[in-house]
Amino acid sequence: MARVIVTRALSKSFGGVLAVDGIDLDVQEGERYGFLGPNGSGKTTTVRMLVGLVFATSGSIELLGREVPRRVGEALPEVGTLVEGPAAYPHLSARTNLNLLDASGPRRHRMSGRVRRARIDEVLDQVGLSGVGRKPVGAYSLGMRQRLGLAAALLPRPRLLVLDEPTNGLDPQGIQEVRELLLKLNQEGTTIFLSSHLLAEVEQLCTRVGVMDRGRLVAQVSMAEVRRPTGRAVVRVGDPSAALALLDGRVAERTQDQLIVTDVSVEELTRRLVGAGIAVLEARPERNSLESMVLALTGPGSDRVDRPR
Amino acid sequence: MITVELRKLLWRPRTWISIFLLCLLPTIVAVFLAVTGVGPRPGQGPAFLSAVLANGRLYPAAALGIVLPVFLPLAVAVVAGESIAGEASVGMLRYLLVRPVARTRLLIAKLIAVIAYTLLAVVAVAVSGLVVGVLVIGEQPGGPATVSVSGTSLSTEQLLIRALLMMGYVGWSMLGVASVSLFLSTLTDSALGAALGGIAALVGSTVLVGLDAAGSINAWLPTRYWLAWVDLFRDPILWHDIHRGLLVQALWIIVLLGMAWAAFTARDVSS
Repeated sequence: MARVIVTRALSKSFGGVLAVDGIDLDVQEGERYGFLGPNGSGKTTTVRMLVGLVFATSGSIELLGREVPRRVGEALPEVGTLVEGPAAYPHLSARTNLNLLDASGPRRHRMSGRVRRARIDEVLDQVGLSGVGRKPVGAYSLGMRQRLGLAAALLPRPRLLVLDEPTNGLDPQGIQEVRELLLKLNQEGTTIFLSSHLLAEVEQLCTRVGVMDRGRLVAQVSMAEVRRPTGRAVVRVGDPSAALALLDGRVAERTQDQLIVTDVSVEELTRRLVGAGIAVLEARPERNSLESMVLALTGPGSDRVDRPR
Repeated sequence: MITVELRKLLWRPRTWISIFLLCLLPTIVAVFLAVTGVGPRPGQGPAFLSAVLANGRLYPAAALGIVLPVFLPLAVAVVAGESIAGEASVGMLRYLLVRPVARTRLLIAKLIAVIAYTLLAVVAVAVSGLVVGVLVIGEQPGGPATVSVSGTSLSTEQLLIRALLMMGYVGWSMLGVASVSLFLSTLTDSALGAALGGIAALVGSTVLVGLDAAGSINAWLPTRYWLAWVDLFRDPILWHDIHRGLLVQALWIIVLLGMAWAAFTARDVSS
């Protein structure tokens, strides 16, 4: 399968401070890739380098098979981007903004007037803004701007969507709408590269994740691997003390009526508990979570500033 | 991209408000002159004012003379300073660049929009000056001939050609100011900072032009020959200063635009 984003030993330093430190990203066509990390870990700088806004200090980037930044102009018409919040001319309406944005593009990739108007209506409908009318964008709420930013990214029917915090400012309803829209686009073949610090967002949407910490890519794994069972079992029982006595020594943790039991399968555990007459309220294999993995791999974000000791 | 930039320029209320204000000042001056009939003595006040009392048809030149020292460069510096920095501050610069618009192309489109604005402003001031001059001050009763600064008569045709030359010269001078602000606009995300930087360069140059001790660099200062367009209304036209002015301005424009291009194409866009 084709690789849509490849970076090798990609680094960027700003005035001697290393913001991105030798990362090797691999994003396959058709994936939903989650790019995670604490604030200030280098996510946004990486995204900016991918689309040619920021120039790498060293290393290489390939975007849709084109070398960045030298041939980034050939790749970008097929990439929809939302970088660090949406933007629009505040005194113009959503339609006028989208119209100007499309008209700014290279001649070969511009739409003709009627096609463009239809496409603008289509994307505004997709992001739930079909009824905005002529109101200037300056009067929009944060959520509406975010939807407009998404509409702008979708406008050229991109092969690859590079989205940085796309659900910022949206309410839970809006977040779910955006997630469903992204899933649908992905099923139709669009590759999604989603940069976020929201674990839940990535966990619910992505098929693979890359985790950044202080400029380094500390993990790049599939979600199936992230969620693999730990080999322990979690049970909630009616009589925790009796269960504790029965499973002597194999209970790793206990919180009220919930026990985490080592070295045992869920089937065997439930059979033994029920056999001993202890009511089983819930039993499941323990799985790793994205959160536990990310917390284990990353340090505090750059927005936490402790006094030096 | 060029048509998009021109559309953006023309759709902005600010473009028209600033041009209206530029035309308003010479109009106010004309009304005072017509009502009181008191003109500055020859050699005092803005260029030409003493001459126009006799003939309203010279008023376009006087109108440009009124807005040229401060207001016209101010307006041009604001528009030029806005060009890249303004896009950066509303966050659109990154979206234009990933659309993609090549950086050189964007810079050229912005430059053309600034030139269009400058020409629009110069023409608006000249045309409104002519209308106001003829209506408020009135034409010389003696006939169609207009008196040049040198005292000889100019035919309408000659006057028209000279007025067009004047607008071209003033526009070229304004492009010098625009280049400073455009260059600064590629360095900062603050449109105001870039505009003020252009004004500061202009004021600095004006101060040095007036300073005898700075005589050695005098001839190379961008504002040194700004007022040379007055020579277009002498008979015959005194070309020397106008040629020098065009040349000096061209050097500044080339150097500054070159620097703007180098800065913008190599810069990290992190706004």
